[in-house]
Amino acid sequence: MEYHLKTPVPDEEIRKLVAGDLIYVTGTVITARDEAHLKALELHEKGESPPVGFKGNGVFHCGPIMKKDDEGEWRVVAAGPTTSARMEIFQDEFIEVYRPAVIIGKGGMGERTSKACQEYGCVYGAFTGGAALLAAQGIKKVRDVFWLEELGMPECLWVYDVEDFGPMIVTIDTHGGNLTADVGAKIADIRDRLIEEMEG
Amino acid sequence: MIEKVVEDTAVELLRIAATELPVEYVEEMDRLMGETEGSVGRSQMVNILENVRIARGESRPMCQDTGIVAFMAKVGDGFPLRSRLKELLVEATKRATEEVPLRPNAVDMFKGNTGNNVGLNGYVPIIYIDMVPGDELELVAMPKGGGSSNVAAHRMLKPGLGFKGVKQFVVEAVAQAGSLGCPPYFVGVGVGGGEDACMKIAKNALLRPFKVRSSDPRVAEMEEELLVKLNELGIGAMGLGEGPSVLDVHIEMAARHPASLPVGVVISCWALRHAKATITAAGEVEIDTSA
Repeated sequence: MEYHLKTPVPDEEIRKLVAGDLIYVTGTVITARDEAHLKALELHEKGESPPVGFKGNGVFHCGPIMKKDDEGEWRVVAAGPTTSARMEIFQDEFIEVYRPAVIIGKGGMGERTSKACQEYGCVYGAFTGGAALLAAQGIKKVRDVFWLEELGMPECLWVYDVEDFGPMIVTIDTHGGNLTADVGAKIADIRDRLIEEMEG
Repeated sequence: MIEKVVEDTAVELLRIAATELPVEYVEEMDRLMGETEGSVGRSQMVNILENVRIARGESRPMCQDTGIVAFMAKVGDGFPLRSRLKELLVEATKRATEEVPLRPNAVDMFKGNTGNNVGLNGYVPIIYIDMVPGDELELVAMPKGGGSSNVAAHRMLKPGLGFKGVKQFVVEAVAQAGSLGCPPYFVGVGVGGGEDACMKIAKNALLRPFKVRSSDPRVAEMEEELLVKLNELGIGAMGLGEGPSVLDVHIEMAARHPASLPVGVVISCWALRHAKATITAAGEVEIDTSA
């Protein structure tokens, strides 16, 4: 099935999705990678809040190339997904604390993220890795940027207004489905057979 | 004057590498898209090819991760530059960061992102210099993204495991890479030479022309065998289980220590970006973008 979601995405719409669905997002998508996740969670521990709300929005594992135009406005040059697996170590906590609706990235995520998605109503949308210009086409406006000085261009928070951003394939849904993990299990079985059968 | 030619050419090579995927790779992915059964895998190949088309048409980087920059230089005995070459390549990297633009990817772990893709004790950009006969400079620019670099693998095997062990390790490494490094992959394998050399050899193996097999028929046979077996893994485009897993495998051999069997596996995402130029002593430039 194909769905066009608008942020903030209501919980019941997220829970309708199943792994394998195609989704497009319109509304607010915020980039966050390793450093931004860490910093957001540190702020939470101190009882403080990040400068932008993630609730119901898209969180994009992306370190874009940005350039200021002649009027001094930020423009997106290229903005594809980065490898999400690096965020597996704190994505569950991030989802619990900040309640995003869609995590956007590539390469899929693991058991901890899947559990948090089920519990708090979130899905993982896989965007084609490397397709940074397709992704940029869906970004209509750079609304804000935070932590740029401190974290640098790839790691800071870029707040984008997006329109029909996609297509993304839902690989983690709220029902325990995890498409990349399923493929990974098959790969491991075939690997074992190939290694076993290998001749010198 | 020759200094300016070298610097300008290095900037241009980075621009070409970041924005124009070699046509041979594009044609092969186009062909494999046609063979891909399953809408999920097919959609990934469609997206990749559409993205590559926009990049070339608009001269914009095909991927936001424009990588850690590497240059491979072969300096002819009669070429009029020596130690200055490295400074010029560093300068070119800074300029390309602004002009292409490239994403600033050099992180100083104490001070943060250096902002210009250059950093710390002269190690980045990575520069390999070889001295060769002749009067020309051959320069290759190879920016390589973090996602597929993170799935590189290295192991010092017991020599008794021989080629069987080498092939098993390559299967293990590519299976481990799975969905993480933006497949379909290019796989470079370096065998022998020591713990450092095998990795360098493996990275260089990625630059051998596309689908060209090793000149040693025994190695060529292993490349063919691994190309088939690695695709049997069923990783698929973007690790979603449908479509091609590996586009090519190149193995390069060096002699090894009697007690060691070093193996390096360097993996590239579908965006194996590189461009080459030859510069004569008189400053004439010829650019080669073929794979």
